[in-house]
Amino acid sequence: MLNQLEEIEQAALVALDEVEDEQAMEQWRVANLGRSSPLMAVFDQMRDLPKDERPAIGRRSNEVKQKLEKKHSEKADLINQLALQKSLETERLDVTMPGRPVSLGRLHPITTTMRQIYRIFAEMGFQIYQSRDVETDEYNFQLLNFPPHHPAREMQDSFYIAGHYEEDNPVLLRTHTSPGQIHKMREHSAINPKDPPEIRIILPGMCYRHEQISARAESQFTQVEGLAVGKQITFSDLKGTLSDFNKRMFGQNVRSRFRASHFPFTEPSAEVDIECFVCGGEGCPVCKRTGWLEILGCGMVHPIVLQNGGYDPNIYTGFAFGMGPERITMLRHRVEDIRYFWANDVRFLEQF
Amino acid sequence: MKVPISWIKDFVDIEISIEELARQLTMAGLEVEEINFVGLPMPGGKVEIHSSDEQRQETKITGLEWDPDKIVVGAILEVMPHPNADRLVLCRLDDGEQEHIALTGAPNLFDFKGKGPLDSAIKVAYAREGARIFDGHQSGQVLTTLKRAKIRGVDSYSMACSEKELGISDDHEGVIILAEDATVGIPLVDYMGDAVLDIAITPNIARDANIVGVAREIAALTGKELHPLDLDTPMGGPPIEGRVTLEIKKPKLNPRFVLGLIEDIEIRPGPYEIQRRLHLAGMRPINNIVDATNYAMLEIGEPLHAFDYDVLVERANGNAPAIYTRTAESGERLTTLDEVEHILDDFTVLVCDSAGALSIAGVMGGAESEVNGQTRNVLLEGAAWHFTNIRRTLSAQRMSSEAAYRFSRGVHPALAEAGVRRGLELMRLWSGGIVSQGLVDNYPQPPVDPTVEFTTGDVKRWLGIDLGVDQIKDLLSRLEFSVQVQGDQLSVKSPDHRLDIGDGIVGVADIMEEIARIYGYDLIPETRLSDSLPPQHGNLRLEIAETTRDQLVNLGLQEVISHRLTASDNEARHKPPSEQVDQDYLEISNPITSDRNVLRQSLLASLLEVAERNARVARRLAFFELGEVFFPQPDQMLPLEQLKLVILLGGVREQTYWQPGDSSVMDFYDLKGLVEILLSGLKVGSTKFLTAEHPSFHPGKCAKIFIEDEVIGICGEIHPLVKANYDLPDDPVLAAELDFDKIFTHVPDRYIVEPIPVFPPVLEDLAFIVDESTQVQEIMELIQEAGGDAVAEIALFDVYRGGQAGDGKKSLAFSLKYQKPDRTMTDEEVSQIRQKIVKHLGQKCGAILRT
Ligand SMILES: [Zn+2]
Repeated sequence: MLNQLEEIEQAALVALDEVEDEQAMEQWRVANLGRSSPLMAVFDQMRDLPKDERPAIGRRSNEVKQKLEKKHSEKADLINQLALQKSLETERLDVTMPGRPVSLGRLHPITTTMRQIYRIFAEMGFQIYQSRDVETDEYNFQLLNFPPHHPAREMQDSFYIAGHYEEDNPVLLRTHTSPGQIHKMREHSAINPKDPPEIRIILPGMCYRHEQISARAESQFTQVEGLAVGKQITFSDLKGTLSDFNKRMFGQNVRSRFRASHFPFTEPSAEVDIECFVCGGEGCPVCKRTGWLEILGCGMVHPIVLQNGGYDPNIYTGFAFGMGPERITMLRHRVEDIRYFWANDVRFLEQF
Repeated sequence: MKVPISWIKDFVDIEISIEELARQLTMAGLEVEEINFVGLPMPGGKVEIHSSDEQRQETKITGLEWDPDKIVVGAILEVMPHPNADRLVLCRLDDGEQEHIALTGAPNLFDFKGKGPLDSAIKVAYAREGARIFDGHQSGQVLTTLKRAKIRGVDSYSMACSEKELGISDDHEGVIILAEDATVGIPLVDYMGDAVLDIAITPNIARDANIVGVAREIAALTGKELHPLDLDTPMGGPPIEGRVTLEIKKPKLNPRFVLGLIEDIEIRPGPYEIQRRLHLAGMRPINNIVDATNYAMLEIGEPLHAFDYDVLVERANGNAPAIYTRTAESGERLTTLDEVEHILDDFTVLVCDSAGALSIAGVMGGAESEVNGQTRNVLLEGAAWHFTNIRRTLSAQRMSSEAAYRFSRGVHPALAEAGVRRGLELMRLWSGGIVSQGLVDNYPQPPVDPTVEFTTGDVKRWLGIDLGVDQIKDLLSRLEFSVQVQGDQLSVKSPDHRLDIGDGIVGVADIMEEIARIYGYDLIPETRLSDSLPPQHGNLRLEIAETTRDQLVNLGLQEVISHRLTASDNEARHKPPSEQVDQDYLEISNPITSDRNVLRQSLLASLLEVAERNARVARRLAFFELGEVFFPQPDQMLPLEQLKLVILLGGVREQTYWQPGDSSVMDFYDLKGLVEILLSGLKVGSTKFLTAEHPSFHPGKCAKIFIEDEVIGICGEIHPLVKANYDLPDDPVLAAELDFDKIFTHVPDRYIVEPIPVFPPVLEDLAFIVDESTQVQEIMELIQEAGGDAVAEIALFDVYRGGQAGDGKKSLAFSLKYQKPDRTMTDEEVSQIRQKIVKHLGQKCGAILRT
């Protein structure tokens, strides 16, 4: 019996050496450790053996079983390893094939620019105030210190709405978001005419000017204006606020330059240039070699405008500013044609 | 406004470079748009700069530098015929070093041809061999270098130049003939090298639309003295009194009128230096008298008008002309010297004499009384006009002129006298005439130049800087304000050449601007707002709009922003032809093009245009826009502006790629899924979709969208007849149009979340056979009704028709999730609920459980 066990062991180990893959491994296990294997037959025959032989045979049988199991486990590990190695060696992707496309949504680039502007001013305490696209001449011009026939009106040709309106107060498409300045001031001063609260808002929205459409001019454009009114707001605050904005918007090192200009609703007024962020002021085609990019118009709120809003200009001062998200987007992404923005061609929109 | 530096230097010394001068003017609000060098050395050692240069230029620079060695004053000693060409002459010319023979075709030298050596040499601008000049025969400014060549058998290597060749003007009619006293041989740049600043004049600096105005700003900015103009003119003639009478009928529209008289003049060309300056300033020299009016206008800003005095006397039948100004009769006619007949308004002011109207005041004269070649005596007008009225006249008559440009922006009445005096003096100098003694000056309404009171504290309050009274006084005195100081109080009187300083607090603002400008915007520090933060209001509507945009972008849609101006027939395309009725639009009275002449009323139409535009470049169309539409409101001045949201889908569900995937096209349920997830993301209350009809949509594939019980929009597949109105592919196009302001009212301030369930659910699938007409929504509502809280989820997972379901029937399979928050449900409980559901469905809609 012991000899028989010896043979079983030897035969099994010899056979194990031949095993090379998972399938053969399983066949070997069934043949040598399975229910009907010779080894199991020995266990089965055990009860027929004389009592005194049983311990020795039993011990030996268990030894053989354990040994074969151990060898099986070792060999199985080895085969797994080999199989893994083989698969690692053979499974090769063409990583240059294109990835599966995901249908990504995108914001319109102007929305993105607007949000950047909102965010920066929000951190400085400016809230967002919106007002209507269609306005009266009174709100778009007169209350903002553009009297009828004022020369400054020539800079802002308007689209007029057909209809029977008073001659000196036609209805028009707003040429800037400034009418919102009057709306906001009047809302506030109506609540507390004696001591109206401070204002710090930005006014985004669509505006319209009667201009021939070209690569550089659109008849419809967005604008973001700002308005701060309070009892201790100065021109130096205006400089600091916009200079900070420019750094956040265009780069921490960007320099701002304020030069005198004219807008009817502010005085003193200024145009704000930033040092060209493309060439760092060296001169390049984007800045037309001047080293500067015109970004903002601004100024101290004109006393008449404060008055028209219900704020006493002897007590309150304020500043206002305005910028064009399209221009900012064009400069930052080198968009050559302003007409792209409302044309909504996906070949343009998908680049943002 | 074009400002020659040489002319500026008559009034102020300039010790900084022209570029630095341009920078300082620009910073102070006189934006220099271009520097055109006309002879003077150009920056960076360039002989010429054209717009392709690589160097940084804060101001645009153009022009030509005249080489001092190669372009000099020359003297033509004799003009000789060309041996082989009638249209050319040969000039024997002295350039200060030697004699040359120069060839020219200049007609203004032909009179001297063949006359032998000239008694007095003709001084010209002579360009030697190798000089860089502009080519006179090419249009525009094209550089060329003078090279030796044979022209019709004669050696040519140099020339006498025209203005065009030297970049002074585009005049190439003849060579420049300089003043007789020009020194032969000196570099031309030393004789008349110049540079011209092109300054943008904004309405608030109308006072600077003249040489003295710009010189005054330069003096103030650079701290130099302004050399005043000497307005004393020798008046050697008899008194003007009795030679002309003057009456002003509407002093408000014509606050001042000044007349002067000069007699025995001779009409001839003005001096070359004057012609050159006029050309550089953008005006054409005409003759000495007209040039004098233009020169005086450009110099001090007062437009002048010269009448032929003898014509006026003739019109007055030999009497002294009686000049008066009045407003026109409505419908009155007048032909101006440009031969245009004007039909006038009752506000148009006219200058008249006893025989009728002579000119439209401040704008343009008539032809009859104009100065001409035979004129001997000149009556010179300088007046003041109400600037708004001039503007009204210009826009009513669609006219413009150099005079009107200035009068329409405001000219101080004090300048009327100064202008006439300057004009008479220039005429005297250039024409040999004698000025009559005295002026006729009718000045019924002298303006009161405002006096502005403020303190150093006001300067701090506005500008944020601490300036002492002396410093403020100095800054303002440089602009000729007269300043009185008392303690920290300043009293500042506006000078009599500007009209832009207001009264009271407006005047304070005006003065603050002047202080800031001359002090330097650069030097004002940058500070952060120290004012207290205003009450916070937020803008919930905008925040929800932005959330909506984010949600839709997350769902794979591209945001678009369209034109809000459209045309009614273009917009009508979003309905089938039979439904296109005339809408009442907000119409633009002055559209630029007929395809953008109304404000849109349908955002769906905008999106269909976007789809049409992209259909050929994209196989998957997935867009949204959140934007306004506009409706007239009866009896209201302003329209209703509604914020709408439109979602549009079409084409393949997924982008195609190299492995076959889901390339099927989108249908109604893709759109519905999107709308559902958008609304659930906005946390609005319960939503449902019910069958609806709408002209833009397929009658069987259209639904109204409800939040709670309010209709907030409509969605569906675009009607085939609507689709046919657009250039779109065959695939269905789906769209939803939602009323954003209604959605907005349903978005809660906050919402609560459920705890994660502790006890496991029981899952079960149930299939029912129902009539084909039964809607899934109904079945799901009945299941929920019967099942109550215990049914935590109902999901449709299969729809099956035919076979076992039977004719006119369909099988709907749902997977149900039973769950209680506080315990695990038993089989028995679930079985009871199931029975309730089956029974309820059977009773309510005849549904039979499929087993
Ligand atoms: Zn640059």
